[in-house]
Amino acid sequence: MSAARPQDLACRELVELLTEFLDGALDERTRTQVEQHLVLCPGCTEYLRQFRTTIGATRKLAEEDLPDRVREKLLDAFRHWRHGS
Amino acid sequence: MSAEDRDLVARLRAGDERTFLAMVEKSHRAMVRVAMGYVASEAIAEEVVQEAWVGILQGLAKFEGRCPLRAWMFRILVNCAKMRGGREARSVPFSALETEDAEGERRPIESFRPPDDPRWPGHWAQGPDRWTDERLADAEALVRIKAEIERLPPNQRQVITLRDIEDWDSAEVCEALGISEANQRVLLHRARTKVRHALAGWAAEGGT
Repeated sequence: MSAARPQDLACRELVELLTEFLDGALDERTRTQVEQHLVLCPGCTEYLRQFRTTIGATRKLAEEDLPDRVREKLLDAFRHWRHGS
Repeated sequence: MSAEDRDLVARLRAGDERTFLAMVEKSHRAMVRVAMGYVASEAIAEEVVQEAWVGILQGLAKFEGRCPLRAWMFRILVNCAKMRGGREARSVPFSALETEDAEGERRPIESFRPPDDPRWPGHWAQGPDRWTDERLADAEALVRIKAEIERLPPNQRQVITLRDIEDWDSAEVCEALGISEANQRVLLHRARTKVRHALAGWAAEGGT
């Protein structure tokens, strides 16, 4: 069996597979093609690195502060529910 | 029901304010982002989320733990938001809710060779420029990500909010939003691609 060549999977196609790749949702054959392509292609390797960096940076939005008025309003609703039930 | 969910539910039923506030702290922003997929403005989304919290508390006695608590909470939220969105449908242009945003607005940064390229069809013509770590550590990176997520089509925004901001797994997101795994992945991929694009060009060395 000959080794997969980077031209078996175009860069344009590879970048569309990355979410499935990272989720482990690709079939075995495609996953191998992606892995072999990445070994040989600095452009796609950099793209994947940036894709991962983007995901990691997006995660930081979870740390945003909640305005006090929202917290107070909901606490009121909670107290109201507790006394009503 | 997981041990963690059982514990949470018991505390809430007992009226524990700290547990409730911790849940609000954890989920409220994601709930607003998800609700915005169905209603016309952030202000209305805030109201919907308030309604949803009341619905969640009232429904708690009936929660049986057939799915994780947070997926159940988001299903209540989605129901509230859909009802509210339906009521307001006449005042909201449908296109603003459902259509794909204009792809053409985004300036291409990288490019591929044409499909008839003799040697490397579909491979990089202009590959991605290397990003600098300092740029990404800058607060500006978050501002850019947030702005891009806000202008995504609603369904993409919902999925990236739960998967990448809240760090849910794929199955739980499908459960909460009532979509298939394949659909969820397509939406997530489009969203991530746009967010990466919003950082590229700026995050690269010498970028503006």
